[in-house]
Amino acid sequence: MPDDLQKYEDNWETSMGAWFPGEKVTLRGKDVLTELNDYRWLEYLLFSVTGRHSPRLARLIEGMWVICTSFPDPRLWNNRIAALAGTARSTGVLGSAGALAISEATIYGLKPIKGGMDFLYRISEKMHAGEKLGDLVSAEMKKYRGVYGYGRPVVDQDERVGPLLAFAQSLDAGQGPFTKLAFDVDDYLANSRYKYRINASGVVAGLLADEGIDPEQHYHLATLTFTAGVIPCFIDASKKPEGAFFPLRTSRIRYEGIEELRVWGK
Amino acid sequence: MIDEDKQEKITTKIWREVPEDDNPFAAATCYFAGFDVFGDVLRNASYIDYLYLLFKHEPPTAEAAKLLEGLALALANPGLRDHSVRAAMCAAVGGSTRASALIASISVGAGNLGGGREVYTAVNYWQMCGTDLAAWEAIIKSPPQEERVDVWMPVEHAPGFDPNGVSCPKPVRQTLAYLAEISEGNSLAWLMQHREKLEAIAGAPLAMSGVAAAAMNDLSLTAEESEILFMLLRLPGAAVHALEQEKLGWRRYPFFGDGLKLMPYDQVSDED
Repeated sequence: MPDDLQKYEDNWETSMGAWFPGEKVTLRGKDVLTELNDYRWLEYLLFSVTGRHSPRLARLIEGMWVICTSFPDPRLWNNRIAALAGTARSTGVLGSAGALAISEATIYGLKPIKGGMDFLYRISEKMHAGEKLGDLVSAEMKKYRGVYGYGRPVVDQDERVGPLLAFAQSLDAGQGPFTKLAFDVDDYLANSRYKYRINASGVVAGLLADEGIDPEQHYHLATLTFTAGVIPCFIDASKKPEGAFFPLRTSRIRYEGIEELRVWGK
Repeated sequence: MIDEDKQEKITTKIWREVPEDDNPFAAATCYFAGFDVFGDVLRNASYIDYLYLLFKHEPPTAEAAKLLEGLALALANPGLRDHSVRAAMCAAVGGSTRASALIASISVGAGNLGGGREVYTAVNYWQMCGTDLAAWEAIIKSPPQEERVDVWMPVEHAPGFDPNGVSCPKPVRQTLAYLAEISEGNSLAWLMQHREKLEAIAGAPLAMSGVAAAAMNDLSLTAEESEILFMLLRLPGAAVHALEQEKLGWRRYPFFGDGLKLMPYDQVSDED
Protein backbone atom coordinates (compact mmCIF):
# COMPACT_ATOMS: atom_id res chain seq x y z
CA MET A 1 0.00 0.00 0.00
CA PRO A 2 1.53 3.39 -1.00
CA ASP A 3 1.85 5.35 2.27
CA ASP A 4 1.36 8.81 0.82
CA LEU A 5 -1.79 7.90 -1.08
CA GLN A 6 -3.22 6.12 1.95
CA LYS A 7 -2.42 9.07 4.22
CA TYR A 8 -4.11 11.52 1.86
CA GLU A 9 -7.11 9.39 0.95
CA ASP A 10 -10.21 11.47 1.73
CA ASN A 11 -7.88 13.68 3.74
CA TRP A 12 -6.72 16.97 2.19
CA GLU A 13 -5.26 19.08 4.98
CA THR A 14 -4.91 22.67 3.89
CA SER A 15 -4.42 26.09 5.40
CA MET A 16 -4.79 27.70 1.97
CA GLY A 17 -8.53 28.07 1.91
CA ALA A 18 -11.94 26.54 1.58
CA TRP A 19 -15.58 27.20 0.90
CA PHE A 20 -18.15 26.37 3.56
CA PRO A 21 -21.40 26.43 1.60
CA GLY A 22 -23.90 28.96 2.87
CA GLU A 23 -21.50 30.05 5.61
CA LYS A 24 -18.06 31.40 4.73
CA VAL A 25 -15.01 31.32 2.47
CA THR A 26 -11.44 31.50 3.74
CA LEU A 27 -8.15 32.28 2.01
CA ARG A 28 -4.85 31.95 3.85
CA GLY A 29 -6.56 32.27 7.22
CA LYS A 30 -8.72 35.28 6.33
CA ASP A 31 -12.47 35.34 5.93
CA VAL A 32 -13.02 36.39 2.32
CA LEU A 33 -16.48 37.85 2.92
CA THR A 34 -15.63 39.90 6.02
CA GLU A 35 -11.87 40.47 6.02
CA LEU A 36 -10.92 40.56 2.33
CA ASN A 37 -14.14 41.97 0.90
CA ASP A 38 -12.68 45.45 0.42
CA TYR A 39 -9.59 44.24 -1.46
CA ARG A 40 -9.17 45.27 -5.05
CA TRP A 41 -8.92 42.22 -7.31
CA LEU A 42 -5.15 42.49 -7.78
CA GLU A 43 -4.68 42.87 -4.03
CA TYR A 44 -6.67 39.67 -3.65
CA LEU A 45 -4.58 37.92 -6.32
CA LEU A 46 -1.34 39.08 -4.68
CA PHE A 47 -2.62 37.82 -1.33
CA SER A 48 -3.72 34.51 -2.82
CA VAL A 49 -0.32 33.90 -4.42
CA THR A 50 2.00 35.27 -1.73
CA GLY A 51 -0.01 35.77 1.46
CA ARG A 52 1.05 39.43 1.42
CA HIS A 53 -1.33 42.33 1.64
CA SER A 54 0.10 45.40 -0.06
CA PRO A 55 -2.13 47.79 -2.00
CA ARG A 56 1.01 49.54 -3.24
CA LEU A 57 2.58 46.37 -4.62
CA ALA A 58 -0.76 45.28 -6.10
CA ARG A 59 -1.04 48.67 -7.83
CA LEU A 60 2.52 48.29 -9.15
CA ILE A 61 1.69 44.87 -10.61
CA GLU A 62 -1.58 46.16 -12.05
CA GLY A 63 0.29 48.96 -13.83
CA MET A 64 2.79 46.44 -15.18
CA TRP A 65 -0.08 44.43 -16.66
CA VAL A 66 -1.44 47.49 -18.45
CA ILE A 67 1.87 48.83 -19.69
CA CYS A 68 3.64 45.58 -20.55
CA THR A 69 1.34 42.73 -21.37
CA SER A 70 -2.06 43.87 -22.59
CA PHE A 71 -1.24 44.69 -26.20
CA PRO A 72 -4.34 43.94 -28.27
CA ASP A 73 -2.54 43.15 -31.52
CA PRO A 74 -4.03 40.00 -33.08
CA ARG A 75 -0.72 39.12 -34.75
CA LEU A 76 0.99 38.48 -31.41
CA TRP A 77 1.10 34.75 -30.95
CA ASN A 78 -1.12 34.33 -27.94
CA ASN A 79 -3.56 37.01 -29.06
CA ARG A 80 -3.67 35.28 -32.43
CA ILE A 81 -5.23 32.20 -30.82
CA ALA A 82 -8.12 34.36 -29.66
CA ALA A 83 -8.45 35.98 -33.08
CA LEU A 84 -8.42 32.57 -34.77
CA ALA A 85 -11.02 31.34 -32.28
CA GLY A 86 -13.18 34.37 -33.11
CA THR A 87 -12.84 33.93 -36.85
CA ALA A 88 -13.62 30.18 -36.58
CA ARG A 89 -16.60 31.02 -34.33
CA SER A 90 -15.41 29.21 -31.25
CA THR A 91 -16.27 30.68 -27.84
CA GLY A 92 -14.58 33.62 -26.13
CA VAL A 93 -13.45 31.56 -23.18
CA LEU A 94 -12.03 28.81 -25.39
CA GLY A 95 -10.11 31.48 -27.32
CA SER A 96 -8.80 33.03 -24.11
CA ALA A 97 -7.95 29.63 -22.65
CA GLY A 98 -5.95 28.70 -25.76
CA ALA A 99 -4.19 32.07 -25.65
CA LEU A 100 -3.46 31.60 -21.95
CA ALA A 101 -2.07 28.11 -22.54
CA ILE A 102 0.39 29.26 -25.20
CA SER A 103 1.49 32.26 -23.11
CA GLU A 104 4.01 29.93 -21.49
CA ALA A 105 6.26 30.69 -24.44
CA THR A 106 10.02 31.01 -24.86
CA ILE A 107 10.32 34.14 -27.01
CA TYR A 108 7.78 36.04 -24.86
CA GLY A 109 5.47 35.35 -21.97
CA LEU A 110 5.88 33.18 -18.94
CA LYS A 111 9.29 31.62 -19.59
CA PRO A 112 11.06 35.00 -19.88
CA ILE A 113 8.92 36.35 -17.05
CA LYS A 114 9.95 33.58 -14.68
CA GLY A 115 13.41 33.11 -16.17
CA GLY A 116 14.32 36.82 -16.11
CA MET A 117 13.80 37.04 -12.39
CA ASP A 118 15.56 33.73 -11.78
CA PHE A 119 18.54 35.09 -13.72
CA LEU A 120 18.79 38.18 -11.51
CA TYR A 121 18.62 36.10 -8.32
CA ARG A 122 21.24 33.66 -9.63
CA ILE A 123 23.80 36.24 -10.70
CA SER A 124 23.18 38.36 -7.62
CA GLU A 125 24.06 35.41 -5.41
CA LYS A 126 27.20 34.69 -7.40
CA MET A 127 28.23 38.35 -7.33
CA HIS A 128 27.91 38.32 -3.56
CA ALA A 129 30.31 35.39 -3.66
CA GLY A 130 32.78 37.57 -5.56
CA GLU A 131 32.11 36.74 -9.22
CA LYS A 132 32.05 39.51 -11.82
CA LEU A 133 28.89 40.63 -13.62
CA GLY A 134 30.53 40.55 -17.05
CA ASP A 135 31.76 37.00 -16.60
CA LEU A 136 28.36 35.83 -15.39
CA VAL A 137 26.43 37.44 -18.23
CA SER A 138 28.87 36.15 -20.83
CA ALA A 139 28.66 32.66 -19.38
CA GLU A 140 24.85 32.81 -19.51
CA MET A 141 24.94 34.01 -23.12
CA LYS A 142 27.34 31.22 -24.11
CA LYS A 143 25.41 28.52 -22.30
CA TYR A 144 21.85 29.50 -23.29
CA ARG A 145 22.43 31.70 -26.38
CA GLY A 146 20.37 34.41 -24.68
CA VAL A 147 19.44 35.95 -21.36
CA TYR A 148 15.78 36.08 -20.38
CA GLY A 149 14.77 39.72 -19.92
CA TYR A 150 17.08 41.03 -22.64
CA GLY A 151 16.68 41.37 -26.39
CA ARG A 152 13.40 41.34 -28.24
CA PRO A 153 11.94 39.74 -31.33
CA VAL A 154 11.01 42.11 -34.19
CA VAL A 155 12.62 45.29 -32.77
CA ASP A 156 15.67 46.13 -30.64
CA GLN A 157 14.27 48.85 -28.42
CA ASP A 158 11.43 48.07 -26.03
CA GLU A 159 8.96 50.95 -25.97
CA ARG A 160 7.57 49.76 -22.64
CA VAL A 161 10.70 50.35 -20.56
CA GLY A 162 10.37 54.12 -20.21
CA PRO A 163 6.67 54.24 -19.25
CA LEU A 164 7.18 51.27 -16.93
CA LEU A 165 10.02 52.98 -15.03
CA ALA A 166 8.06 56.22 -14.80
CA PHE A 167 5.08 54.39 -13.37
CA ALA A 168 7.27 52.44 -10.92
CA GLN A 169 8.87 55.66 -9.71
CA SER A 170 5.43 57.15 -9.04
CA LEU A 171 5.03 54.32 -6.50
CA ASP A 172 8.53 54.76 -5.06
CA ALA A 173 9.74 51.61 -6.76
CA GLY A 174 12.78 51.23 -9.00
CA GLN A 175 15.53 52.26 -6.58
CA GLY A 176 16.41 48.80 -5.28
CA PRO A 177 19.47 46.62 -5.92
CA PHE A 178 17.76 44.17 -8.29
CA THR A 179 16.52 46.96 -10.56
CA LYS A 180 20.02 48.42 -10.53
CA LEU A 181 21.45 44.99 -11.31
CA ALA A 182 18.97 44.57 -14.19
CA PHE A 183 20.20 47.83 -15.73
CA ASP A 184 23.86 47.00 -15.06
CA VAL A 185 23.29 43.88 -17.15
CA ASP A 186 21.63 46.07 -19.79
CA ASP A 187 24.70 48.31 -19.84
CA TYR A 188 27.00 45.36 -20.18
CA LEU A 189 25.00 43.73 -22.98
CA ALA A 190 24.46 47.00 -24.88
CA ASN A 191 28.21 47.50 -25.00
CA SER A 192 28.99 43.89 -25.81
CA ARG A 193 29.02 42.28 -29.23
CA TYR A 194 25.48 41.00 -28.54
CA LYS A 195 23.97 44.52 -28.50
CA TYR A 196 20.97 43.25 -26.56
CA ARG A 197 18.94 45.76 -24.56
CA ILE A 198 16.77 45.20 -21.56
CA ASN A 199 13.12 44.45 -22.30
CA ALA A 200 10.04 44.94 -20.15
CA SER A 201 10.25 41.50 -18.56
CA GLY A 202 13.79 42.30 -17.40
CA VAL A 203 12.69 45.57 -15.82
CA VAL A 204 9.64 43.96 -14.21
CA ALA A 205 11.86 41.18 -12.84
CA GLY A 206 14.15 43.73 -11.18
CA LEU A 207 11.29 45.83 -9.84
CA LEU A 208 9.44 42.89 -8.31
CA ALA A 209 12.58 41.17 -7.00
CA ASP A 210 13.17 44.41 -5.12
CA GLU A 211 9.70 43.95 -3.63
CA GLY A 212 10.66 40.50 -2.34
CA ILE A 213 8.78 38.51 -4.97
CA ASP A 214 10.48 35.24 -5.95
CA PRO A 215 10.38 33.63 -9.43
CA GLU A 216 7.71 31.10 -8.48
CA GLN A 217 5.42 33.83 -7.13
CA HIS A 218 6.22 36.05 -10.11
CA TYR A 219 5.17 33.23 -12.46
CA HIS A 220 1.87 32.60 -10.71
CA LEU A 221 1.09 36.32 -10.43
CA ALA A 222 1.62 36.68 -14.19
CA THR A 223 -0.72 33.85 -15.19
CA LEU A 224 -3.50 36.12 -16.43
CA THR A 225 -1.33 39.07 -17.34
CA PHE A 226 -2.11 38.95 -21.08
CA THR A 227 -5.85 38.51 -20.77
CA ALA A 228 -6.97 42.12 -21.26
CA GLY A 229 -5.11 42.20 -24.58
CA VAL A 230 -6.39 38.81 -25.68
CA ILE A 231 -10.14 39.33 -25.32
CA PRO A 232 -10.44 42.34 -27.69
CA CYS A 233 -8.76 40.25 -30.40
CA PHE A 234 -11.50 37.65 -30.08
CA ILE A 235 -14.25 40.29 -30.09
CA ASP A 236 -12.82 41.99 -33.17
CA ALA A 237 -12.51 38.77 -35.19
CA SER A 238 -15.94 37.55 -34.10
CA LYS A 239 -17.53 40.75 -35.49
CA LYS A 240 -15.94 40.32 -38.91
CA PRO A 241 -17.05 37.69 -41.46
CA GLU A 242 -16.40 34.04 -40.70
CA GLY A 243 -12.88 33.00 -41.62
CA ALA A 244 -11.80 36.56 -42.42
CA PHE A 245 -8.78 36.70 -40.08
CA PHE A 246 -5.71 36.63 -42.33
CA PRO A 247 -7.03 33.96 -44.70
CA LEU A 248 -4.32 31.96 -46.47
CA ARG A 249 -4.51 30.86 -50.09
CA THR A 250 -2.73 27.62 -50.97
CA SER A 251 0.20 29.51 -52.48
CA ARG A 252 1.08 30.72 -48.97
CA ILE A 253 2.59 27.27 -48.41
CA ARG A 254 6.28 27.27 -49.31
CA TYR A 255 6.81 23.58 -49.92
CA GLU A 256 10.39 22.36 -49.52
CA GLY A 257 9.73 18.60 -49.34
CA ILE A 258 9.78 15.68 -51.75
CA GLU A 259 8.60 16.68 -55.23
CA GLU A 260 8.01 13.26 -56.78
CA LEU A 261 4.65 11.53 -56.36
CA ARG A 262 4.89 8.56 -54.02
CA VAL A 263 2.24 5.85 -54.23
CA TRP A 264 1.10 4.00 -51.12
CA GLY A 265 2.20 0.37 -51.01
CA LYS A 266 4.46 0.69 -54.06
CA MET B 1 -9.40 1.18 8.40
CA ILE B 2 -11.21 2.57 5.38
CA ASP B 3 -14.70 1.23 4.77
CA GLU B 4 -14.71 1.21 0.96
CA ASP B 5 -18.47 0.86 0.81
CA LYS B 6 -18.91 4.21 2.52
CA GLN B 7 -16.52 6.19 0.28
CA GLU B 8 -17.89 8.54 -2.39
CA LYS B 9 -17.68 6.90 -5.78
CA ILE B 10 -17.57 7.71 -9.50
CA THR B 11 -20.50 6.01 -11.21
CA THR B 12 -19.91 4.36 -14.59
CA LYS B 13 -21.38 1.70 -16.80
CA ILE B 14 -18.30 1.35 -18.97
CA TRP B 15 -15.07 1.12 -16.92
CA ARG B 16 -14.37 -1.53 -14.28
CA GLU B 17 -11.15 -2.23 -12.39
CA VAL B 18 -9.90 -5.07 -10.21
CA PRO B 19 -7.14 -3.93 -7.83
CA GLU B 20 -3.67 -5.41 -7.51
CA ASP B 21 -3.37 -7.56 -4.40
CA ASP B 22 -0.68 -5.31 -2.90
CA ASN B 23 -2.08 -1.91 -3.86
CA PRO B 24 -5.68 -0.71 -3.89
CA PHE B 25 -4.57 2.35 -5.90
CA ALA B 26 -3.38 0.27 -8.88
CA ALA B 27 -5.58 -1.77 -11.17
CA ALA B 28 -4.58 -5.33 -12.04
CA THR B 29 -7.30 -5.70 -14.65
CA CYS B 30 -9.27 -3.01 -16.49
CA TYR B 31 -12.47 -3.78 -18.32
CA PHE B 32 -14.09 -1.52 -20.87
CA ALA B 33 -17.70 -2.38 -21.64
CA GLY B 34 -16.95 -5.86 -20.30
CA PHE B 35 -13.76 -6.47 -22.34
CA ASP B 36 -10.40 -7.01 -20.62
CA VAL B 37 -8.48 -4.08 -22.15
CA PHE B 38 -4.89 -5.16 -21.55
CA GLY B 39 -5.47 -8.92 -21.48
CA ASP B 40 -7.66 -9.19 -24.58
CA VAL B 41 -8.43 -6.01 -26.56
CA LEU B 42 -4.76 -4.97 -26.72
CA ARG B 43 -3.79 -8.18 -28.48
CA ASN B 44 -6.87 -8.80 -30.57
CA ALA B 45 -8.40 -5.47 -31.65
CA SER B 46 -7.11 -2.65 -33.84
CA TYR B 47 -6.90 0.91 -32.56
CA ILE B 48 -9.95 1.81 -34.62
CA ASP B 49 -11.88 -1.17 -33.17
CA TYR B 50 -11.07 0.03 -29.67
CA LEU B 51 -11.92 3.65 -30.51
CA TYR B 52 -15.29 2.46 -31.77
CA LEU B 53 -15.77 0.36 -28.64
CA LEU B 54 -14.95 3.38 -26.45
CA PHE B 55 -17.68 5.48 -28.05
CA LYS B 56 -20.26 2.79 -28.79
CA HIS B 57 -19.58 0.18 -26.06
CA GLU B 58 -19.90 -2.59 -28.63
CA PRO B 59 -17.26 -3.93 -31.04
CA PRO B 60 -17.73 -2.60 -34.58
CA THR B 61 -18.84 -4.67 -37.52
CA ALA B 62 -16.12 -4.88 -40.14
CA GLU B 63 -18.00 -2.25 -42.18
CA ALA B 64 -18.37 0.16 -39.26
CA ALA B 65 -14.68 -0.18 -38.39
CA LYS B 66 -13.78 0.55 -41.99
CA LEU B 67 -16.01 3.64 -42.05
CA LEU B 68 -14.58 4.98 -38.79
CA GLU B 69 -11.08 4.31 -40.03
CA GLY B 70 -11.76 6.16 -43.28
CA LEU B 71 -13.27 9.08 -41.38
CA ALA B 72 -10.36 9.15 -38.93
CA LEU B 73 -7.86 9.18 -41.77
CA ALA B 74 -9.69 11.92 -43.66
CA LEU B 75 -9.82 14.10 -40.55
CA ALA B 76 -6.36 13.31 -39.16
CA ASN B 77 -4.69 16.28 -40.79
CA PRO B 78 -6.86 19.23 -41.86
CA GLY B 79 -3.73 20.76 -43.42
CA LEU B 80 -1.68 23.67 -42.21
CA ARG B 81 -4.01 26.42 -43.44
CA ASP B 82 -6.82 25.16 -41.21
CA HIS B 83 -7.51 27.52 -38.32
CA SER B 84 -7.04 24.82 -35.70
CA VAL B 85 -3.67 23.78 -37.13
CA ARG B 86 -2.58 27.41 -37.39
CA ALA B 87 -3.35 27.77 -33.69
CA ALA B 88 -1.07 24.83 -32.88
CA MET B 89 1.69 26.32 -35.04
CA CYS B 90 1.36 29.68 -33.24
CA ALA B 91 2.14 27.84 -30.02
CA ALA B 92 5.07 26.09 -31.65
CA VAL B 93 6.83 29.09 -33.20
CA GLY B 94 6.76 30.99 -29.90
CA GLY B 95 8.37 28.07 -28.08
CA SER B 96 5.27 27.40 -26.00
CA THR B 97 4.60 24.08 -24.32
CA ARG B 98 3.58 21.24 -26.62
CA ALA B 99 0.43 20.69 -24.60
CA SER B 100 -0.56 24.27 -25.35
CA ALA B 101 -0.32 23.56 -29.09
CA LEU B 102 -3.04 20.95 -28.70
CA ILE B 103 -5.06 23.11 -26.30
CA ALA B 104 -4.94 26.04 -28.72
CA SER B 105 -5.83 23.74 -31.59
CA ILE B 106 -8.92 22.47 -29.81
CA SER B 107 -9.84 25.98 -28.63
CA VAL B 108 -9.87 27.23 -32.20
CA GLY B 109 -11.12 24.04 -33.84
CA ALA B 110 -14.16 23.84 -31.60
CA GLY B 111 -16.31 26.38 -33.36
CA ASN B 112 -19.10 26.89 -35.83
CA LEU B 113 -16.81 27.39 -38.83
CA GLY B 114 -15.42 23.99 -39.74
CA GLY B 115 -15.12 22.97 -36.11
CA GLY B 116 -16.62 20.67 -33.52
CA ARG B 117 -19.66 22.83 -32.92
CA GLU B 118 -20.53 22.84 -36.59
CA VAL B 119 -20.46 19.03 -36.61
CA TYR B 120 -22.65 18.98 -33.49
CA THR B 121 -25.25 21.16 -35.18
CA ALA B 122 -25.04 19.25 -38.46
CA VAL B 123 -25.56 15.88 -36.76
CA ASN B 124 -28.57 17.36 -34.97
CA TYR B 125 -29.89 18.40 -38.39
CA TRP B 126 -29.35 14.85 -39.65
CA GLN B 127 -31.35 13.53 -36.74
CA MET B 128 -34.15 15.99 -37.45
CA CYS B 129 -34.18 15.78 -41.25
CA GLY B 130 -32.77 12.38 -42.12
CA THR B 131 -32.98 11.92 -45.88
CA ASP B 132 -35.91 14.29 -46.39
CA LEU B 133 -34.76 17.01 -48.79
CA ALA B 134 -37.73 19.26 -48.02
CA ALA B 135 -36.92 19.08 -44.31
CA TRP B 136 -33.29 20.03 -45.05
CA GLU B 137 -34.44 22.95 -47.15
CA ALA B 138 -36.74 24.13 -44.37
CA ILE B 139 -34.11 23.90 -41.63
CA ILE B 140 -31.36 25.49 -43.72
CA LYS B 141 -33.63 28.35 -44.78
CA SER B 142 -34.96 28.97 -41.28
CA PRO B 143 -32.58 27.45 -38.76
CA PRO B 144 -33.90 26.89 -35.23
CA GLN B 145 -33.48 30.07 -33.18
CA GLU B 146 -32.58 29.85 -29.51
CA GLU B 147 -34.53 32.25 -27.36
CA ARG B 148 -31.89 32.25 -24.65
CA VAL B 149 -28.35 33.47 -25.25
CA ASP B 150 -25.59 30.87 -25.41
CA VAL B 151 -21.79 30.96 -25.16
CA TRP B 152 -21.79 29.84 -28.80
CA MET B 153 -22.51 32.45 -31.41
CA PRO B 154 -25.62 31.81 -33.47
CA VAL B 155 -25.14 29.78 -36.64
CA GLU B 156 -24.18 32.07 -39.54
CA HIS B 157 -24.16 29.50 -42.35
CA ALA B 158 -25.72 26.13 -43.07
CA PRO B 159 -23.79 23.69 -40.87
CA GLY B 160 -21.61 21.35 -42.89
CA PHE B 161 -21.20 23.83 -45.73
CA ASP B 162 -18.40 26.32 -46.34
CA PRO B 163 -19.58 29.95 -46.41
CA ASN B 164 -16.30 30.92 -48.09
CA GLY B 165 -16.39 28.12 -50.64
CA VAL B 166 -17.02 28.39 -54.37
CA SER B 167 -17.38 24.80 -55.55
CA CYS B 168 -17.02 21.66 -53.48
CA PRO B 169 -13.26 21.01 -53.17
CA LYS B 170 -11.89 17.75 -54.48
CA PRO B 171 -10.72 16.32 -51.12
CA VAL B 172 -14.27 16.77 -49.78
CA ARG B 173 -15.73 15.04 -52.85
CA GLN B 174 -13.12 12.26 -52.66
CA THR B 175 -13.83 11.68 -48.99
CA LEU B 176 -17.58 11.70 -49.51
CA ALA B 177 -17.30 9.27 -52.44
CA TYR B 178 -15.10 6.84 -50.53
CA LEU B 179 -17.04 6.94 -47.28
CA ALA B 180 -20.38 6.64 -49.11
CA GLU B 181 -18.99 3.60 -50.90
CA ILE B 182 -18.08 1.77 -47.67
CA SER B 183 -20.86 2.97 -45.36
CA GLU B 184 -23.74 0.69 -44.49
CA GLY B 185 -25.84 3.66 -43.43
CA ASN B 186 -27.79 5.81 -45.86
CA SER B 187 -26.74 9.34 -44.84
CA LEU B 188 -23.50 9.41 -46.83
CA ALA B 189 -25.09 7.79 -49.89
CA TRP B 190 -27.99 10.23 -49.76
CA LEU B 191 -25.62 13.17 -49.32
CA MET B 192 -23.60 11.94 -52.29
CA GLN B 193 -26.77 11.81 -54.36
CA HIS B 194 -28.19 15.16 -53.22
CA ARG B 195 -25.04 17.17 -52.62
CA GLU B 196 -25.59 19.66 -55.40
CA LYS B 197 -29.23 20.27 -54.46
CA LEU B 198 -28.26 20.82 -50.84
CA GLU B 199 -25.44 23.14 -51.89
CA ALA B 200 -27.89 25.18 -53.91
CA ILE B 201 -30.19 25.45 -50.90
CA ALA B 202 -27.30 26.31 -48.57
CA GLY B 203 -25.79 28.74 -51.05
CA ALA B 204 -22.42 27.19 -50.24
CA PRO B 205 -20.49 24.06 -51.13
CA LEU B 206 -20.29 21.03 -48.88
CA ALA B 207 -17.41 21.15 -46.39
CA MET B 208 -15.41 18.37 -44.72
CA SER B 209 -17.40 19.01 -41.53
CA GLY B 210 -20.56 18.12 -43.50
CA VAL B 211 -19.08 14.84 -44.71
CA ALA B 212 -17.94 14.06 -41.16
CA ALA B 213 -21.43 14.75 -39.80
CA ALA B 214 -23.02 12.38 -42.33
CA ALA B 215 -20.45 9.69 -41.54
CA MET B 216 -21.03 10.11 -37.85
CA ASN B 217 -24.76 9.84 -38.38
CA ASP B 218 -24.17 6.62 -40.31
CA LEU B 219 -22.15 5.39 -37.33
CA SER B 220 -25.18 6.24 -35.14
CA LEU B 221 -23.11 8.62 -33.05
CA THR B 222 -25.02 11.28 -31.13
CA ALA B 223 -24.37 14.97 -31.82
CA GLU B 224 -22.41 15.19 -28.56
CA GLU B 225 -20.27 12.15 -29.41
CA SER B 226 -19.72 13.48 -32.93
CA GLU B 227 -18.62 16.91 -31.71
CA ILE B 228 -15.99 15.54 -29.34
CA LEU B 229 -14.77 12.77 -31.68
CA PHE B 230 -14.35 15.28 -34.52
CA MET B 231 -12.08 17.46 -32.38
CA LEU B 232 -10.14 14.42 -31.19
CA LEU B 233 -9.59 12.99 -34.66
CA ARG B 234 -8.15 16.24 -36.04
CA LEU B 235 -5.35 16.53 -33.48
CA PRO B 236 -2.62 14.48 -35.22
CA GLY B 237 -2.23 17.12 -37.95
CA ALA B 238 -2.04 19.91 -35.40
CA ALA B 239 0.63 17.95 -33.55
CA VAL B 240 2.94 17.25 -36.49
CA HIS B 241 2.66 20.73 -38.03
CA ALA B 242 3.41 22.23 -34.60
CA LEU B 243 6.48 20.02 -34.23
CA GLU B 244 7.78 21.06 -37.65
CA GLN B 245 7.21 24.79 -37.09
CA GLU B 246 8.76 24.57 -33.64
CA LYS B 247 12.05 23.68 -35.34
CA LEU B 248 11.70 26.39 -38.01
CA GLY B 249 10.83 29.11 -35.48
CA TRP B 250 8.97 32.40 -35.55
CA ARG B 251 11.25 34.07 -38.08
CA ARG B 252 9.99 31.72 -40.81
CA TYR B 253 6.30 31.95 -39.92
CA PRO B 254 3.95 34.67 -41.26
CA PHE B 255 3.58 37.61 -38.90
CA PHE B 256 1.46 39.66 -41.34
CA GLY B 257 3.68 42.62 -40.53
CA ASP B 258 2.08 44.80 -43.22
CA GLY B 259 -1.33 43.14 -43.01
CA LEU B 260 -2.80 45.11 -40.13
CA LYS B 261 -4.16 48.58 -40.76
CA LEU B 262 -5.11 50.56 -37.68
CA MET B 263 -8.38 52.43 -38.20
CA PRO B 264 -9.70 55.35 -36.12
CA TYR B 265 -11.76 54.33 -33.09
CA ASP B 266 -14.62 56.66 -32.24
CA GLN B 267 -16.72 54.77 -29.75
CA VAL B 268 -14.84 55.58 -26.54
CA SER B 269 -17.20 56.01 -23.64
CA ASP B 270 -15.63 57.93 -20.74
CA GLU B 271 -18.17 57.56 -18.01
CA ASP B 272 -16.58 58.98 -14.86
